[in-house]
Amino acid sequence: MEDITPDTSRSPIYLTKITTRDLNVYYGEKQALFSVNLEIHENQVTSLIGPSGCGKSTFLRCLNRMNDVIDICRVEGKVTLDGEDIYRAAVDPVQLRARIGMVFQKPNPFPKSIYDNVAYGPKIHGLAASPAELDEIVTTSLERAGLFEEVKDRLDESGTSLSGGQQQRLCIARAIAVEPDVILMDEPCSALDPIATATIEELMEELRENYTIVIVTHSMQQAARVSQRTAFFHLGIVVEEGETAQIFTDPKDPRTRDYITGRFG
Amino acid sequence: MTDRLLPTDESAARHLAKRHAAERRFRSYGASAVGAALVVLVALLGSILWRGLPAFTSHEVRLEIHFDADLLDPRGSGDLEVLGRGDYGRLVKLALRAKFDQVTGRRERRALSALVSSGAAFELRERVLAEPGLVGTTRLFFLPLSDDADLFFKGGVDVSTREADRRLSDAQISWLRVLEAEGRIESRISRRFFISGDSREPELAGIRGALVGSLWTLLITLLLSFPTGVAAAIYMEEFAPKNRLTDFIEVNINNLAAVPSIVFGLLGLAVLLNFFGMPRSAPLVGGTVLALMTLPTVIITSRSAIRAVPPSVREAALGIGASSLQVVSHHVLPLALPGILTGTIIGMARALGETAPLLMIGMVAFIVDVPSGPTSPATVLPVQIFLWADAPERAFLAKTSAAILVLLAFLVAMNLVAVLLRNRFERRW
Ligand SMILES: Nc1ncnc2c1ncn2[C@@H]1O[C@H](COP(=O)(O)OP(=O)(O)OP(=O)(O)O)[C@@H](O)[C@H]1O
Ligand SMILES: [Mg+2]
Repeated sequence: MEDITPDTSRSPIYLTKITTRDLNVYYGEKQALFSVNLEIHENQVTSLIGPSGCGKSTFLRCLNRMNDVIDICRVEGKVTLDGEDIYRAAVDPVQLRARIGMVFQKPNPFPKSIYDNVAYGPKIHGLAASPAELDEIVTTSLERAGLFEEVKDRLDESGTSLSGGQQQRLCIARAIAVEPDVILMDEPCSALDPIATATIEELMEELRENYTIVIVTHSMQQAARVSQRTAFFHLGIVVEEGETAQIFTDPKDPRTRDYITGRFG
Repeated sequence: MTDRLLPTDESAARHLAKRHAAERRFRSYGASAVGAALVVLVALLGSILWRGLPAFTSHEVRLEIHFDADLLDPRGSGDLEVLGRGDYGRLVKLALRAKFDQVTGRRERRALSALVSSGAAFELRERVLAEPGLVGTTRLFFLPLSDDADLFFKGGVDVSTREADRRLSDAQISWLRVLEAEGRIESRISRRFFISGDSREPELAGIRGALVGSLWTLLITLLLSFPTGVAAAIYMEEFAPKNRLTDFIEVNINNLAAVPSIVFGLLGLAVLLNFFGMPRSAPLVGGTVLALMTLPTVIITSRSAIRAVPPSVREAALGIGASSLQVVSHHVLPLALPGILTGTIIGMARALGETAPLLMIGMVAFIVDVPSGPTSPATVLPVQIFLWADAPERAFLAKTSAAILVLLAFLVAMNLVAVLLRNRFERRW
């Protein structure tokens, strides 16, 4: 396993961005998450790994309250962002989602122009005082997502006319255009080829200077390459979490060991 | 060397042949079904066109009319009120008698005047009121022939039948032939059909009243059913909780779509007319009743259009902090609009062709005036067709077909608008 060589030179000083305490999630009668306690560190990439159906997406969607729109979903417990409980009655999920952006598994650009895709968020949140300022936001967001060079001549073409990898980077540009603190990514590379995947992985490394990133991935290599911390989910519980280097080189739990070595049934 | 792409033995070959035959049979069934439908359609349109087109032209006779000042305005006052009361029918009769001075008997004279439509007198009156200077002069005028005379020139009178079996006597026919020989008869595109309302005289009856009535009625229907239906569909799809009550409402909307239209007419009669005391025969009431009838269609098609918008678009918008209302108005609605418009136009087309509920609220009355607003008495195109089809005069036959043509043109125009709007708003994702 040559390519699992996590970066261990990182400084141990960090701030906690998001904390979950005793998080239980139910879909109707069925419980999907069991008492999850997890810390997400600021300016780090945290990867969530685990077999299909173990609740990774469910957990991710709790962090920006996307579960609110599912009728049968019930969330118990506490999730704090910078120490503030995000499930308090006073918190408006719409405001919250502007601070915690999300990139979905399947690229989902709006069927609008590339420009409008990126400009939509800043527009509805009133982030740009003038059209020139909006242009500026769109350009820098596309640049940061590593897409600007490819699309600068066709900003008025439909976002859906791009290739899959370009669409995913467009979605990332759209997410960072509203200046969130945290970016949640649910298997952002699952539909992409290795080259597009590499672009997005590089991007994450750059983005983490300014943002906190949580990524769900099914690729152990990817988790090892991009993340500083890793949490292993299994059947709705967090079996093990910690430094990526430690999880991949010296897992404490036999289930974790089996999963990362591919011996999981 | 065996070719593995060809059947290996006889039974396999037979099986293959049977399969091909079945496929050919199925194709020929399909093609003949489409062919039969086309033949029927062409026959239908052809017969309507064949019968309806003559109604768009009418024959007129050129006569020298002397606007006798003694008859119209004996005191020379020039007062429009006096001029308006003048006996213009007599002017027409005098002009005809001057032409055929050998005709003397009372009955012959009456038969002679019957060749020209009674509407001719109204037209002369209009002319004089518009231009009082005509009094005392003699002018050439084209006057409409009566329906029977018009039919004669359109080839609708069989002269070989017994005189008693025809609506035109031998004498009348001979006078018409004289007029024709003098070049006084002309077939003209009749604007009258498009600018006048209904009449008891076929040659004077026009479609304008019913057309305007239909427009007002449909406008009311659209204004009531489109916003209500779309709002209901959005609420039910995007906001309403899923529980017993909403299930119940949904089932009932589906049921309403299947209720026979006459039931909505009864509702209009009982509630709108009798309880709220709204005016009878008015487009306002008719439009409301048709809106109730159209509403379920609009709601159902709008809901399925909204449901067809991929959830990923909603998630994307929610994910960057759009509120539910913004998700709907910025993303869902624009994408669902083509489908919503199609559904609405289908509903409106159905409303346009509807007669039964309108009969219940009195829109079947004989109305001469072109309606001036949503509360003035009116009738609509399909009801007008029904009324004319029921009229005894033969000339109404052509009018009926012509009215059907107008109705069809209206429908085609509406569908065209739908297609244009759909192409305008269609987006791919
Ligand atoms: N909308 C929903 N309604 C009902 N049950 C759901 C819903 N979404 C998820 N679940 C259930 O919750 C559990 C966890 O699902 P989740 O999507 O979080 O898994 P996951 O770890 O993301 O899986 P994958 O790796 O396949 O994406 C599953 O058992 C799933 O059946
Ligand atoms: Mg998932």
